[in-house]
Amino acid sequence: MYDAPTPETRLTQNTLKITARGVQVYYGDKQALKDVNVDILDNTVTAFIGPSGCGKSTFLRCLNRMNDTVASARVEGEIMLDGENIYDKRVDPVQLRAKVGMVFQKPNPFPKSIYDNVSYGPKIHGLTRSKAELDQVVEDSLRKAALWNEVKDRLNEAGTGLSGGQQQRLCIARAIATSPEVLLMDEPCSALDPIATAQVEELIDELRASFSVVIVTHSMQQAARVSQKTAFFHLGSLVEYGDTSHIFTNPSDPRTESYITGRIG
Amino acid sequence: MTDATSANVPASAPAPHKSSLLTQTALMKKRNAAESRFKAYGIAAITLSLSVLAIMLWTIFSDGVSAFKQATFSFPVSLDAEKLDPKGNRERDEMMRVTTIGYTNLLNQQLVAYLDDRGISTEGVSDKDIAAFISRDTPARLRDMVLANPDILGQTIQFEGFATGRIDGYLKGRVTRDTAERDTNISVAQLDLADRMISEGILSASFNWSFLTAPDASDQRPEAAGLGVALIGSAYMMFLVVIMVLPLGVAASIYLEEFAPKNRWTDLIEVNISNLAAVPSIVYGILGLAIFINFAKFPQSSPLVGALVLTLMTLPTIIIATRAAIRAVPPSIRDAALGVGASKMQTVFHHVLPLAAPGILTGTILGLASALGETAPLLLIGMVAFVANYPAGPLDGGMLDPATALPVQVYSWASRSDPAFIERSAGAIIVLLAFLVVMNIVAILLRRKFERRW
Repeated sequence: MYDAPTPETRLTQNTLKITARGVQVYYGDKQALKDVNVDILDNTVTAFIGPSGCGKSTFLRCLNRMNDTVASARVEGEIMLDGENIYDKRVDPVQLRAKVGMVFQKPNPFPKSIYDNVSYGPKIHGLTRSKAELDQVVEDSLRKAALWNEVKDRLNEAGTGLSGGQQQRLCIARAIATSPEVLLMDEPCSALDPIATAQVEELIDELRASFSVVIVTHSMQQAARVSQKTAFFHLGSLVEYGDTSHIFTNPSDPRTESYITGRIG
Repeated sequence: MTDATSANVPASAPAPHKSSLLTQTALMKKRNAAESRFKAYGIAAITLSLSVLAIMLWTIFSDGVSAFKQATFSFPVSLDAEKLDPKGNRERDEMMRVTTIGYTNLLNQQLVAYLDDRGISTEGVSDKDIAAFISRDTPARLRDMVLANPDILGQTIQFEGFATGRIDGYLKGRVTRDTAERDTNISVAQLDLADRMISEGILSASFNWSFLTAPDASDQRPEAAGLGVALIGSAYMMFLVVIMVLPLGVAASIYLEEFAPKNRWTDLIEVNISNLAAVPSIVYGILGLAIFINFAKFPQSSPLVGALVLTLMTLPTIIIATRAAIRAVPPSIRDAALGVGASKMQTVFHHVLPLAAPGILTGTILGLASALGETAPLLLIGMVAFVANYPAGPLDGGMLDPATALPVQVYSWASRSDPAFIERSAGAIIVLLAFLVVMNIVAILLRRKFERRW
């Protein structure tokens, strides 16, 4: 990545990927998100930080409509992906999720072989025409997820037999095998040890070249290390959103400052 | 909080209680005693249930194992062509005119003559009493044999036939000289003769295949009664129940668990399913009688109606077991599938069902096992009938022919008067238990085979 442009130069030329306007989320009668407006850029890592229960995961799950699976959840406002409202009645969430991939907090590989885990997405979306092409997609995805060298000799073994860090990288490989445009990560390192965390963080930085990455994290150090943009959520509201360097060195909202200095949260 | 960190401990603080770790405090003793008491209760409960099980199995086996043996006699019978085929043309229709009475007389005369030939004393036993050794079922079997193969007429064959129930009981120890003195059906002199026949090798006990293959027999011929029709009836019913209950139950469970909206209607359905699982089985029998026999006019006593009733009865159990199995699949697997853009249907069929399969199969097999042992609903749809003819093959409409089922056969034999039926019904219970054990083993093996970690 030595030849990659520095974050500062990249930010100026990046295009808008996702625009959220007036997003409100209710679980039953309880309001979980209040009027969130945010612009997420392409080829950028955007971190959502904030104390537990502040709504950052809820907002992340709005971006690929995973909240649809929660019966009591209701979303208002609009979220535009490349200028199209993903909450439009005509949008099929299944099609959306092929474009907006997701990696979860706990590594959750399918109890199938490593190969089947990665090839599942391309198969159901009909992205490949032949076995050779599918093999290629599996290899590319595993290479991008920095897992290929560790598993190339045992692609037919169970994905659940890998170590925690390897499982999480397998889940990342599975998510990028469908060639999404946006990759959502919900605390991807919270179940990993420091070494595996470092590997995944390095990976996130490399993935930025191909996708817009949105990551929810509890670790402010992690947000500072991997992201270019940071959004701070508190009690269901988006308090502050801006360049990571700015948020961590010179926050404009007193609540942000309290949180990053450890006084709240 | 700054006070607490200061070196000065307040004077009012109580002195720390000193106690040795080597002695138990009174409270600790009490807690340990409660724990040992609880363990003792548990062991007592397990011992009690195991001993009840042991007693039950012991009584069943001590009564029932003898049903698998049968006293048979074997002596040469010359098939007199003039008596058995008076017109001598070997025409089947002509030969049918000789009824079992003709064969009975032939067998009786030849047995008496054979005993004479061998010089076996028949002192104190009339010819009629000797004839009583032969089961009423035996002449009919000889007749069937001759009708099936008329060429053996005129020959002398070594014929094997069942002895009557009392002689059978004597060989198995059920009938003794003490009971014979009080029994008008058998005399001590007959038992003495039986002893002599045993030592001459004419009478012996051998494994009784016909107990598993023969149809039921009337009250007068307990020695001939078998489980053939009941086994076929149970097999037909289990087959039909599987092909009806599995798709219905699994489809209903998947819909309720994965697709149905959670509202008042689905709550109502859920409560009803739980209640249906607790409905006494005889109520399903009344339902089956009203709907399938009186309204739909399906033939009564048929395995089809039995299977429909058992399906209705098993369905709630299987839906409950299947839903539990589906619910046990971790939500993270569903999230993972939805996250890569699988549709709801793909998520369920590619990921949830394979993981729930062992639970579904176990639940289904246990449901079937309970259906196999179910008696009450079958009584009401006429399966407790005396059925002496085998139902036709499965492709020839055999599912519509009258049949009985294993538990029903146990019930009907247990209610008959001849003591020989006690061993028969205990023997039928052994067969039923063997099937249940096999089904449970299959359930365990399937579970082992398909169980996967996630």
